[in-house]
Amino acid sequence: MDVLKKVPVREQEPKVRAANFEEVCYGYNKEEAMEEASRCINCKNAKCIEGCPVAINIPGFIAQVKEGNFEEAYQVIAQSSALPAVCGRVCPQETECGGQFIRGIRGEPVSIGKLERFTADWARDRGIKPQPATEKKNRKVAVIGSGPAGLTCAGDLARLGYDVTIFEALHEPGGVLLYGIPEFRLPKQEVVAREIENVKALGVKIETNVVIGKATTIDELMDEEGFEAVFIGSGAGLPKFMGIPGENANGVFSANEYLTRNNLMKAFRDEYDTPIARGKKVAVVGGGNVAMDAARTALRLGAEVHIVYRRSEEELPARVEEVHHAKEEGIIFDLLTNPTEILSDENGWVKGMRCIRMELGEPDESGRRRPVEVAGSEFELELDTVIMSLGTSPNPLISSTTEGLEVNRWKCIIADEDNGKTTKEGVYAGGDAVTGAATVILAMGAGKAAAKGIDEYLSNK
Amino acid sequence: MYPITRAEKLADKIFLMDVEAPRIAKHCEPGQFIIAKTDEAGERIPLTICDYNREAGTVTIVFQIVGASTHRMSLLGAGDSFLDFVGPLGCPSEFVKEDLAVLKKKRFLFVAGGVGAAPVYPQVKWMREHGIDVDVIVGAKTKDMLILEQEMEAVAGHYYPCTDDGSYGHAGMVTTKIEKLVEEGAFYDVCVAIGPMIMMKFVCLLTKKLGIPTIVSLNPIMVDGTGMCGACRVTVGGAVKFACVDGPEFDGHAVDFDEAMKRQQMYKTEEGRAYLKLTEGDTHHGGCGHCGGDE
Repeated sequence: MDVLKKVPVREQEPKVRAANFEEVCYGYNKEEAMEEASRCINCKNAKCIEGCPVAINIPGFIAQVKEGNFEEAYQVIAQSSALPAVCGRVCPQETECGGQFIRGIRGEPVSIGKLERFTADWARDRGIKPQPATEKKNRKVAVIGSGPAGLTCAGDLARLGYDVTIFEALHEPGGVLLYGIPEFRLPKQEVVAREIENVKALGVKIETNVVIGKATTIDELMDEEGFEAVFIGSGAGLPKFMGIPGENANGVFSANEYLTRNNLMKAFRDEYDTPIARGKKVAVVGGGNVAMDAARTALRLGAEVHIVYRRSEEELPARVEEVHHAKEEGIIFDLLTNPTEILSDENGWVKGMRCIRMELGEPDESGRRRPVEVAGSEFELELDTVIMSLGTSPNPLISSTTEGLEVNRWKCIIADEDNGKTTKEGVYAGGDAVTGAATVILAMGAGKAAAKGIDEYLSNK
Repeated sequence: MYPITRAEKLADKIFLMDVEAPRIAKHCEPGQFIIAKTDEAGERIPLTICDYNREAGTVTIVFQIVGASTHRMSLLGAGDSFLDFVGPLGCPSEFVKEDLAVLKKKRFLFVAGGVGAAPVYPQVKWMREHGIDVDVIVGAKTKDMLILEQEMEAVAGHYYPCTDDGSYGHAGMVTTKIEKLVEEGAFYDVCVAIGPMIMMKFVCLLTKKLGIPTIVSLNPIMVDGTGMCGACRVTVGGAVKFACVDGPEFDGHAVDFDEAMKRQQMYKTEEGRAYLKLTEGDTHHGGCGHCGGDE
């Protein structure tokens, strides 16, 4: 065994998985997990914990895995994270815990995510649940949104003994874990639903089909329903479009719609009524993780798929692993390419997209080299489906119906990074609703910070 | 679960139901809609609210069978439940927030086509409850297809039924009735038209000519109904709007109906296919040339 190298993880063959929705990565088995865990040098000054937004005792749980004490390992993680099976799969370890790595300075960092996943799956398969609070506080807290921020905040507060109710606008809890991230990266029944069951096992109640701002308001929750504090984790739900001609043609979708139809509404399963455009030739505009998810979904529904991105490969905001998987599966990358118009036929259906080639100029305010159009380089791509994956912005539903809750010029709720405190007393916020579209783990970190903030507030009230 | 307390068939393929949904009943206003889902495999079906009872905590919906999900919905009866029922979604009709004294000086004309009588009804009822008499035109293909007649007549100032085949009331399209009323000297400050997209388009062409500002309620394809998916985008006055959060009511003279109608066709064959699969089961192999199931 080469201690400088990770124990490789088994995956579904690219050609096989390109035609199914089964999970791509199989994860470690017991032996592989213990071997990988033995690579941890258990440093005194554990940089990985500092890198983890929810501050999991990483060397602590890995030490247990190394000894084969998986239940103990699980309880170490459960102290800090309500969603280990999710994080083990979708967390960008290369920039969080793994990015801080001491082992990583010499040799590859330990596969923390794969070990976390193994531990969580092992516990799930044996019905091991996190430990609920022994003392109930009998004080009500409302959590709006059941995505990663809301679930984390709710889980932490329940562990402290609070009486927590989550309000979810959709018909099933999970937020972006459910409607956004596809089955082949994050299985819904075996992983997401099970982790939500664990949050419920801590005593958290979940009321679905409640749109806060419409069915009731934050003020009513506090004044009439007896909630002493509220956490807003409503995410960044509004999809952006380019504003180019032809964008309302039939066959142009937001990535949100495309993914929601497939993930939440299960269009890929025959027994569901949900219709979805099974394109033959699809362009996904954008280069983030969501773009990769949409592209790989369209591929699995049978299309030839192009990622159209205006910068070069180096600037792709998606995780390296996602880009790698997409390429392996046969996604075509049209880089340094920008759409200028969607072309449609006489019935209003997409028939192509006019694009222009780009080149990289001077760095812009984001520090990345600014893409500039190459004059006279227009060309047409023949297509029947276009998926716009250009990011999202927060939904104004809650901010516009809550007196005293201030937002910044991007409509993001203003909240203190350390404790989630907003401009309204008793109201806390975190996740994409505050930061704009970011990652699952950052949302969880914010949910965690807000839980602490709410506990401090209510303890002193 | 959301129990159904009343279920009635109003006309061929058109059904009415009262559904227990206290949070919605407490907050909904005319103009808003709900999304209903019958079972795990069903679609999320957006339906404009037809009536509500705040004390009983119920909301009334009216729907027409168009696909597999609405077909299964029609099989439910009193005592059954919806798995999911969410709302109220969208913005209330503008007049709800208007100053009552100003509102009382305005002359309103409501024009409903087909199932559009359902969303028009709570608006007319609201007007009556606030002491405002309005004119109401309701059009249907034939007398049998006319719904909510007694209810509408009870709350309207003047009620004018129309049938395309002349089997009842005014013979002809709703647009010919509007023309006739105006010719006979009626004056309107506002027209509210709700019905099939093609009807709203022609009402708007006419009222533009007549100089009557017109509000329409759009029912485009949508998934979540909270602004998340963007499926329901419509062009209004050159700008892209999401019907679910910016609407569903818009200035009819500014709506790009041709685009909206094309967008509504997007899943036509897929919806039809799902319905045929359900009704014909394994015996359906395409070939009819209608549903697109040939490929």
